[in-house]
Amino acid sequence: MRFIFKTKYSQDINIAKHNGDRFWYSLLILIMAALPLVLDDFYLGEISYICILSIAGIGLMILSGYTGLASLGHAAFLGVGAYTHAFLLTNGIPFYASIPIVIVVSFLVGAAIGIPILRLTGMYLAIATLALGFIAEHVFIKWEHFTGGNRGLPVPQPEFLGMSFYDSVFFYYVCLVFLIAAMFAAINILRSPTGRAFVAIRDSEIAAQSLGVNLGLYKALSFAISGAFTGLAGALLAHYIGYLAPDIFNIFLSLTLLLLIVVGGMGSLHGTVFGAIFVGFLPQLIAICRDYLPSSIGSQPGLEPMLFGLILVFFILYEPLGIYGRWMKIKLFFQLFPTYKRQTFKKQKVFTKSDRV
Amino acid sequence: MQLIQLLIDGVASGCIYGLVALGFVLIYKATETINFAQGDILMLGAFVAYSLIGILGMDYLTGFALTVLIIAVFGFFLDAVVVRQIIGQPAFATVMLTIGLGFIFRGFASIYWGTDIFSFSTPFSGKITEFNGLIISYVNLSIIVGTAVLMSALYFFFTFSKIGVAMRASSENQLAAYYMGIPVKFIFSLIWSISAGVAAVAGVLLAPITLVDTSISLIGLKAFAAAVLGGFGSIPGAIVGGIIIGIVEQLCGTYENYLFEGVREISAYLVLILTLIIYPRGLFSDKAEVKKV
Repeated sequence: MRFIFKTKYSQDINIAKHNGDRFWYSLLILIMAALPLVLDDFYLGEISYICILSIAGIGLMILSGYTGLASLGHAAFLGVGAYTHAFLLTNGIPFYASIPIVIVVSFLVGAAIGIPILRLTGMYLAIATLALGFIAEHVFIKWEHFTGGNRGLPVPQPEFLGMSFYDSVFFYYVCLVFLIAAMFAAINILRSPTGRAFVAIRDSEIAAQSLGVNLGLYKALSFAISGAFTGLAGALLAHYIGYLAPDIFNIFLSLTLLLLIVVGGMGSLHGTVFGAIFVGFLPQLIAICRDYLPSSIGSQPGLEPMLFGLILVFFILYEPLGIYGRWMKIKLFFQLFPTYKRQTFKKQKVFTKSDRV
Repeated sequence: MQLIQLLIDGVASGCIYGLVALGFVLIYKATETINFAQGDILMLGAFVAYSLIGILGMDYLTGFALTVLIIAVFGFFLDAVVVRQIIGQPAFATVMLTIGLGFIFRGFASIYWGTDIFSFSTPFSGKITEFNGLIISYVNLSIIVGTAVLMSALYFFFTFSKIGVAMRASSENQLAAYYMGIPVKFIFSLIWSISAGVAAVAGVLLAPITLVDTSISLIGLKAFAAAVLGGFGSIPGAIVGGIIIGIVEQLCGTYENYLFEGVREISAYLVLILTLIIYPRGLFSDKAEVKKV
């Protein structure tokens, strides 16, 4: 067990808590940077997709994991990002100018949606975002001038820094750089007063309000920041899939994002990466399951939603803190080695919390 | 005359939304949980009815009653075994849990029954009656009458029966009800079973119109609009909200040219968002249950 002797207040908000952190995360970045030397194009594509999912996951994690607001329509932001990016590129805006515009547009869309519906809490918010997700999907279909409607919209793959997006090694580095940048941005937002206000709202709205947190402002801000991250992920996703169709951004994608943060671990940025790895490899996992099941069940199309639901229910009931929570427990076990107590993480007895006044 | 015709069709589809919304409201009033799997339970009801009536060849009414019974028992154990474990967790956890359950039901249905579209014969199929130039199909009539019968049965149950009163007491205040000797956990499971039974009724009544396949679970999402419009927590509100949504949808479909293209499919969601923004208490809520910032 490592004890950090704190001599300054600023140590509390350091990004790296101690030299071990610095060493391991630097090593991780080096390994990620060296991956194209050993992996072939297929795996690089998969890992790029995982990076994109992680960025979208960071967006939803800030909203749901840190501010405690559920969103069942987050695919809409992916759609806004993807379509804006494709539209700008088609009209000859270069890549390096398009990405900031996408981020600003998704931020504004997040704020515009956020301000009216954030008077709602809990369940009502979940329902409202669900409805907004449907409406957004419908807008993508009907606003043909902008999105190409059901015909779809091809995404131009421009040159950037003299390299083409068709080059999977280059695309991998682009995704990796954006993921690291997004991670840094998220860490910094979350350790700033804004991020602390988010966590305060999540833990108790009344307490946060009595400490002077403007609930409406910070909730709208959380929605907007979350939208900006997810919009950025949408822009990268547009390059990844190459051809946009409105039915990509459906409710199933929104729920996949939620699965990502629940499986990864609510309220931790590590969780977004774990969750993205899980969701990214889920199709392969299902393919493996199909091979082991008898063919009468294994070949059914219903297997996918069923496994999806089972995983979700399993994590909610038995490991609410997700993969990251499990990782923390394993780590603690080895840190405390002979003296680990099973009771440390025992579920406490809880009672119904009421939203009624 | 065309308007009245539209109203009748709207009321019939609205009754289905209302019945599903009623399921949300019953569970929400009691446990402050929203069951996002309500539409999927409706789908299970329709499939079970298809198995009993369409495959086993049972009489319509017997099959109907048996379906409702099976789904009600299923709802009871769904609460007692799975959903009860989540009590005390934040709202987010219950939302995710019920969404996950919905996926399991849908996956199960498409594995067990397949992804084809099924239908079974009812005494109402294909029959119509004419009244002053209005054309009313027996199916629509059966939905309206069925809803009315179910509503009055529920009204008498909640007003006069001992269990019904115990349910209202538990919804009002769990702790006080528990002190009065009401077995609150059991009552909550019973509420889940009633709510699942109501969804099954809606599923069987709806089956002749939409036919039976896994996509009918999407009705559950439109029923949210009905529940919110009626003020989550009010039983008559759910039905009235459902009927309003049904009528709005019909009108939007007919006068689409005057509005904008595709308004019909999203009209329910638009009503939902507008209600939440303008008047989040809903039409029939007796007290302000929505916390405001």
